[in-house]
Amino acid sequence: MHRMLWKLFNRDMALFMQRKQDIVTVLGFFLVAVALFPLGISSDPELLREIAPGAIWIAALFSTVLALDRLFSEDMDDGTLEQQLLMPLPISLVLLVRLIAHWVVTSLPIIVLTPVMGVQFGLNLDEIVILTFSLLLGTPVLVLLGAIGAALTVGLKSSGGLVTLLLLPLYVPVLILGTSSVSSVMAGMEVTAHFSLMGAALIVSLVLSPFAVATALKITID
Amino acid sequence: MSMTRRIPWMKYASASSFYPLANRLVPIFMGLAIVLAVIGLYVGFFVAPIDYQQGNSYRIMFLHVPAAWMSMFIYLLLAVYAIISLVWRVKMADIMAYSLAPTGAMFTFLALLTGALWGRPTWGTYWIWDARLTSELLLLFLYLGYMGLYSAIPDRQRASRAASFLAIVGVVNVPIIYFSVVWWNTLHQGSSFSVSDGASMTSDMLSALLLMTFACWAYAIAVVLRRAQAVILERKKVALWASQISRKKES
Repeated sequence: MHRMLWKLFNRDMALFMQRKQDIVTVLGFFLVAVALFPLGISSDPELLREIAPGAIWIAALFSTVLALDRLFSEDMDDGTLEQQLLMPLPISLVLLVRLIAHWVVTSLPIIVLTPVMGVQFGLNLDEIVILTFSLLLGTPVLVLLGAIGAALTVGLKSSGGLVTLLLLPLYVPVLILGTSSVSSVMAGMEVTAHFSLMGAALIVSLVLSPFAVATALKITID
Repeated sequence: MSMTRRIPWMKYASASSFYPLANRLVPIFMGLAIVLAVIGLYVGFFVAPIDYQQGNSYRIMFLHVPAAWMSMFIYLLLAVYAIISLVWRVKMADIMAYSLAPTGAMFTFLALLTGALWGRPTWGTYWIWDARLTSELLLLFLYLGYMGLYSAIPDRQRASRAASFLAIVGVVNVPIIYFSVVWWNTLHQGSSFSVSDGASMTSDMLSALLLMTFACWAYAIAVVLRRAQAVILERKKVALWASQISRKKES
């Protein structure tokens, strides 16, 4: 079973590596979105520092939604997804492995780039560490919740806008926790509470989300 | 089969027996809604005393508060019907959930609109990012998401199950969203206004509020039942009894 799951993981990674342009697109989107905030708001360093956590988090959030489009659609088109659901393994476990692979490929590069973005916005080292760590805890939740939306809309034409509408209300708590952890470290406050709550959200979504995604996929594929 | 016969309340889970029942209930509740609204508005506008702090502008509360209550309760009800339709595959439950959504969204929008109109003279602004306002706005997005997903999936069976599932995911998230927004609000800005401040009401105000609440209830029941009837006729075009009703209406 472990070997099958490991193979599944490797398959997803190999597929992603074959289509590097997808990763580059998501990453490029993230960079451009972050860069638009100073251009759209102001170049005032004080103001930029203040909006930095929100700007970077929102950009990361939309990049996640953008990348979700890739999660099931192609495997759905060529029938791989149905085969995976018929594998002699628990569906939720199969999906969990695939979501982890998806997170590694689409979210991890964003997190790696975040410190650079933080420097651009004039954050200091402490704040950058907290911001990066908050994304490290928060983006898996975004992917896990987002997969439910992706599963519910799989196979629909032009589902991008719909997925965004479905997911953004669900993303609000994660966004609030993520940005406020950085804001509170800026204000010289503790962030333990934020990270505990985000950790709790991560654990709960790790446990529940694969089942929810499995249910959603069973509904939409049938 | 024997199960459905033993439980009498399952009788109205079949569209053919629901339809005539709704036919009888809709006029009753619509009439009730009109009578209650007229009395409620009369008490609200002419009997209830003027508020010494807010002047006359507080009177919009008689529509605003029921609308806000309805918006939340209808979403809960929608989720309950979604569970019933998803777990027991009761088609009527799905029709009810589907019919509840536009009314719920309408009440959510009404609560936001009346809140904004009230906020302008009272707070000096149409909108603040207060926890309640923000979570009400997010509730509107949840309604729109349900309706959007339902209409986006061409296959009806699949659309109904996917949207029901989304409603259930949404209702699990509603408290989380609400508490996170409250938390965000207290963190970012000291809330300078409290919506629940004027909890002390005269009995006239309270009776006007209750009358309007029941009026909104009756209206929602009437409209939702009527919409459910329309959905039944649309979906059961092939059923003999439904096509007979449709034909009668056309002629």
